[in-house]
Amino acid sequence: MKGIVIKYDQRNINTDLIIPARYLVKSDPTFLAEHCMEDLDPVFKQRKKELGASILVGGSNFGSGSSREQAPLALKTAGIECVIAPSFARIFFRNSINIGLPIIEFNKIKDLNTGDEIELNFEQGIIKNLTLNKKFKVKKMPAFLQEIISLDGLVNFARNKIVKIK
Amino acid sequence: MGSTITEKILRDHCDEKNVSAGDFVLANVDKCLANDITAPISIEVFESIIEGMDRSVFDTDKIVLTPDHFAPNKDVASAEQCKILREFAWKYKIRNYFEQGRVGIEHCLVPEQGLALPGEVFIGADSHTCTYGALGAFSTGVGSTDLGVAMALGQCWFKIPESIKFVYSGKLNDFVSGKDLILYTIGQVGVDGATYKAIEFTGGIIDNLSMAGRFTMCNMAIEAGGKNGIIAPDKVTNAFLKSKGDFSYKEYKSDKDADYSNVIEFDCDELEPQVALPHLPENAKPISEVDGMKVEIDQSVIGSCTNGRLEDLRIAAKILKNRKVNPNVRCIVIPGTPIIYLDALKEGLIQTFLEAGAIVSTPTCGPCLGGFMGILAAGERAISTTNRNFVGRMGHVESEVYLASPALAAASAVKGYITSPEYL
Repeated sequence: MKGIVIKYDQRNINTDLIIPARYLVKSDPTFLAEHCMEDLDPVFKQRKKELGASILVGGSNFGSGSSREQAPLALKTAGIECVIAPSFARIFFRNSINIGLPIIEFNKIKDLNTGDEIELNFEQGIIKNLTLNKKFKVKKMPAFLQEIISLDGLVNFARNKIVKIK
Repeated sequence: MGSTITEKILRDHCDEKNVSAGDFVLANVDKCLANDITAPISIEVFESIIEGMDRSVFDTDKIVLTPDHFAPNKDVASAEQCKILREFAWKYKIRNYFEQGRVGIEHCLVPEQGLALPGEVFIGADSHTCTYGALGAFSTGVGSTDLGVAMALGQCWFKIPESIKFVYSGKLNDFVSGKDLILYTIGQVGVDGATYKAIEFTGGIIDNLSMAGRFTMCNMAIEAGGKNGIIAPDKVTNAFLKSKGDFSYKEYKSDKDADYSNVIEFDCDELEPQVALPHLPENAKPISEVDGMKVEIDQSVIGSCTNGRLEDLRIAAKILKNRKVNPNVRCIVIPGTPIIYLDALKEGLIQTFLEAGAIVSTPTCGPCLGGFMGILAAGERAISTTNRNFVGRMGHVESEVYLASPALAAASAVKGYITSPEYL
């Protein structure tokens, strides 16, 4: 996976900043994506578009707060293909994988800046910053997690597995 | 480097053999549990997975469904939720569906029925599923989606947690129970003190603690942020299970050189009964300090998945015997299961409660989560043997909950303010 970085390095970016509770009246992912991150950065959508960004880099304890699955879903539908942060809130982590949004724990976020082009290899556990020409090792993602992500989430993964058993 | 009990159990439930804390595994689950709040969503997920395929649940014996939160149906909406569980259970011939009248508070019922065993991987769409760690199982709460998938596949993915070890030594004073130990612990480490970690409870005090006390402690592991609480099986565990039936299971324990992210020792010789002040379980204070505050109460709740077992009711009855509930207090006693209720009846405990002027409810989660059967009005205050005292947890957003043991809840019901049986 290759993409351009958009970075918000403050700690504890919570689920209310990712998708404000006032928008949870509708479950339509496109509607949620329209309002994604707007309380953190009112021009998130425009900035993301101008940069052509698809990889979100955040500060530690990313996704803290509520257990709402709409938070990773809003990011994913808004065109974010991967989130990288030093640490994630546990339920956000689980929900992200379960809806098919890959996330990576990575401490040196100072080496990933807005506008940088990076390349990710989940299988080998490598982040390459092509702009800075730097390479970092991260934890390899086990095959089943890659499969959950490639199948767009846990429900499809389960469905696919059952078909295979059959 | 050795392994912790949590690492060993998860390793034995997946295909990878060299995994340890920090690794991701797709584990086979032994049981999955859901209640009237969470099961309807899990059932929807399950149905969407098998849509168009001639499939059933992964195992009709390994799914446990308990309508216990808003049951007996408190209103039309809860009746509809319970109906979804019932119809699903009939459709897929789920063996461990417990109809109202046979159901109890899930975390009291499951061990009583022998449905959680040492060495198992047990998941539940309920955060207090960590209770069964008291039996030496890896037991944890998951989301409804995870549970729906598990009902279809019999599998769930986990990041194997690091472990934190708590060692309790010394001798417990009168009226100091498992509840006081866990409230004190949460007070020391904070509500995020063990986030994502496995909490291993060990030491001489734990060795001598009853199963009821152990369930209480593991039940509240989540209140310190823990993924699971766990106590290695021993003769107390085995005797408990033997009294419930003839079960075979594997007993795991941590290696001496297992890796812990932290080890904390608690000397309990001086430990007093504890009270967690609003609005977090970490606000634990010794009773000598709280008694001096003369905190007046409107309600005392004795029950829940934390403290609704026979041993808890015995302690409360001992204190309420030949005494009266203060006229300004509503004392609500909730036996955890129909069997606990019946045992309490046979022992005369129910009579004691009624003679004291307490209310005895059918088993339900009811007031603990502000459901029904004892909701607080604005400005009202309760002492409760439950596990959470968050803002508005038992009713109005301006009401307050003080967490404590059954002994303190009973003594406070008599006095009308928060106190200990020692001061009666």
